[in-house]
Amino acid sequence: MNFAFSEEQEQLREAVRRFMEAKSPSSEVRRLMETTEGYDEAVWKQMAQELGLQSLHIPEAHGGQGFTFVELGIVLEEMGRVLLCAPYFSTVVLAADAIMNAGTDAQQGELLPGIASGETIAALAFTEPNGRWDASGITMEASGSGDSYQLSGTKMFVIDGHTANTIITVARLSGTSGEDGISFFAVDGDASGLTRTPLATMDQTRKQARLDFSDVAARPLGEPGAGWAALSKTLDQAAVGLSNEMVGGAQKVLEMAVDYAKVRVQFGRPIGSFQAIKHKCADMLLEVESAKSAAYYAAWAAAEDNEELPVVASLAKAYCSDAYFHAAAENIQIHGGIGFTWEHDAHLYFKRAKSSEILLGDATYHRELLAQRIGI
Amino acid sequence: MDFLDTPAEAAFRDEVRTWLADHLVGEFAELGGGGGPSDETAWELRVEWEKLLGRDRWVGLDWPEEYGGRNASFAEQIIFSEEYAKADAPTRVSFFGEGLFAPTLLAYGTEEQKRRFLPKIQAAEELWCQGYSEPNAGSDLSNVQTRALLDGDQWVVNGQKVWTTLAHRAQWCFAVVRTDPDAPAHKGLSYVLVPMHQTGVSVRPLKQMTGTAEFNEVFFDDARTDKANVVGEVNDGWKVAMATLGFERGTAFLAQQIAFQREVSDLIDVAHKNGATDEAAIRQELADAYVGVQIMKYNGLRMLTKLVKTGVLGPESSIGKLYWSSWHRRLGEIAMHVLGTDGLLVEGEPGGDYALNELERTFMVSRSETIYAGASEIQRNIIGERVLGLPREPRA
Repeated sequence: MNFAFSEEQEQLREAVRRFMEAKSPSSEVRRLMETTEGYDEAVWKQMAQELGLQSLHIPEAHGGQGFTFVELGIVLEEMGRVLLCAPYFSTVVLAADAIMNAGTDAQQGELLPGIASGETIAALAFTEPNGRWDASGITMEASGSGDSYQLSGTKMFVIDGHTANTIITVARLSGTSGEDGISFFAVDGDASGLTRTPLATMDQTRKQARLDFSDVAARPLGEPGAGWAALSKTLDQAAVGLSNEMVGGAQKVLEMAVDYAKVRVQFGRPIGSFQAIKHKCADMLLEVESAKSAAYYAAWAAAEDNEELPVVASLAKAYCSDAYFHAAAENIQIHGGIGFTWEHDAHLYFKRAKSSEILLGDATYHRELLAQRIGI
Repeated sequence: MDFLDTPAEAAFRDEVRTWLADHLVGEFAELGGGGGPSDETAWELRVEWEKLLGRDRWVGLDWPEEYGGRNASFAEQIIFSEEYAKADAPTRVSFFGEGLFAPTLLAYGTEEQKRRFLPKIQAAEELWCQGYSEPNAGSDLSNVQTRALLDGDQWVVNGQKVWTTLAHRAQWCFAVVRTDPDAPAHKGLSYVLVPMHQTGVSVRPLKQMTGTAEFNEVFFDDARTDKANVVGEVNDGWKVAMATLGFERGTAFLAQQIAFQREVSDLIDVAHKNGATDEAAIRQELADAYVGVQIMKYNGLRMLTKLVKTGVLGPESSIGKLYWSSWHRRLGEIAMHVLGTDGLLVEGEPGGDYALNELERTFMVSRSETIYAGASEIQRNIIGERVLGLPREPRA
């Protein structure tokens, strides 16, 4: 039994933290969140070339480094801590995992090296205007056979869908319903018939797009119609990844709140000496530490790819969503008026907490999923 | 990061499992787990069971071998607790002795004290109670007024303790008493061991909201104990008392946490049977209870890993105490939601004893858990000041 990161993993964290603090200060986050693309190409390249972040958990056979979800979780946590504006979660977590889960070895060999090297930005298009996160939400139909399919319909809330070179798209074979007929396709970002519209997002630090498909040519990934298991696993892995990212932000807002409570003086005392504030901070710490325990354990289960993964993925997503949002909200309250301003960073974390809570299904959704998964 | 058993741990798990399968039979098997450290159900039979555990050295697992222990690692202690809970073995009677006093004695006691007291704990021949709180020393524990004065080679103890769990079952009490009345609050206290069965000690039961009386008032009226029965230095008892509290808030509850998992699955069973699982709100609450107990386990494993590495638990143990007591109180509330109108009634006949069923008992008992071993508000102060470094509140 050992529930701690190894020395090498701690070194990775330190290196990533140094990089993120240098490349993604608040001023950069604010600059990039005002842009449509939402990321800095030079930093994206440095992430790949200097730190190898995009290739971390991709197998060595496909141009990656063959690390596990535990290392990936560390990187995501550090990115969440600084609100890094980059298509990392979409490319490396959602799309790359979808390719690894759904694609044949040959297809993986074709698609993964570009992601690993940082040349490809990829997105996973599965949500639709109905806003559902389960199989029944997928109504886009695919027609065709062999290597040649056409897709028509609309995908919504596609993270980084407007900047991706490759869109991994989930659709269903016509005449199927529920978990049957789910299929993965690879679509080029500039494919004819594909209209990509950037969306105005409540959380400006993570970009989303609407994708309208009109008879868009698509190559199947894996066996058409048999994709549900791969999608379900991808969503579990993504929930684990997002949980780890949320933990980084939650820790940061806790630090912001505690630091402020130590220096802000009212009634002649630092406000952190009042139990009303002290107890809020203590509760935040308890929740943030518990969120870490859940996220790290889930990352381990994802690394092991064991049978616990579906349960702990929903468990972590449910708990971390609530914990991050609560911490981000309390951070504003503890800061008082200044915490409500545009100038202060508190709102950036508050909005990221809320968007992360909603993405991939909120806490209520995951508690119900968990209930089903443990046989309640 | 690794949560799988090593071959040695797997062998230990097997040994525990086999022993439990061989010995947890007959009337012992019928007892079942459940309840908490203060549960008094079938007491005599559970003492017999404890003697059996002690005989085969399952009591004091982590003690050094020279004191009859197995020198077990934290991982092995967890394995024992897991298998014990899985087997639905009886709730232990030695929480205060084995769980709190023994680790304190191992840390601060003399060689003579260890050899005198540990074997009796293992044999379940001497049970212990904790003499901390007093009518005017609750959260403000350093305000204890009970005094001990030396009379030749004996201490003479006078004063009153309260909320003393299972004092009426105990042979001994480890008590925080004032030995230097002129010293400031935290100074001048000593950690004194007092035999309970003497004319100078009287125990009066306190009937609780559960209808039962595991708590007591303990009156010391010229109670006597040998001069040697002080753990740590005289007038330096605060440090020792805090160490005990550290165990109470930290490692001692590992076993309890694992038993909590069983409570969750039992509650889910009840909800299935009475149809509560058809309600979306109840499903949310049950899932939340499950999330909470799993995270409690993960938190515990992280804490233990740190403990193994650094050797100290520190004020972080307050996070664990705050977490489990809040979670368990919430579980009790969820249990009442699951019970619905069944929660309007208790067991037994009208006019007879007030007898709660298991879920109602959790609902009620858990109200005490956010108070004892340091109220939640005190834990939040400790976390705020000693973990997060927030300024202390000015004191009058």
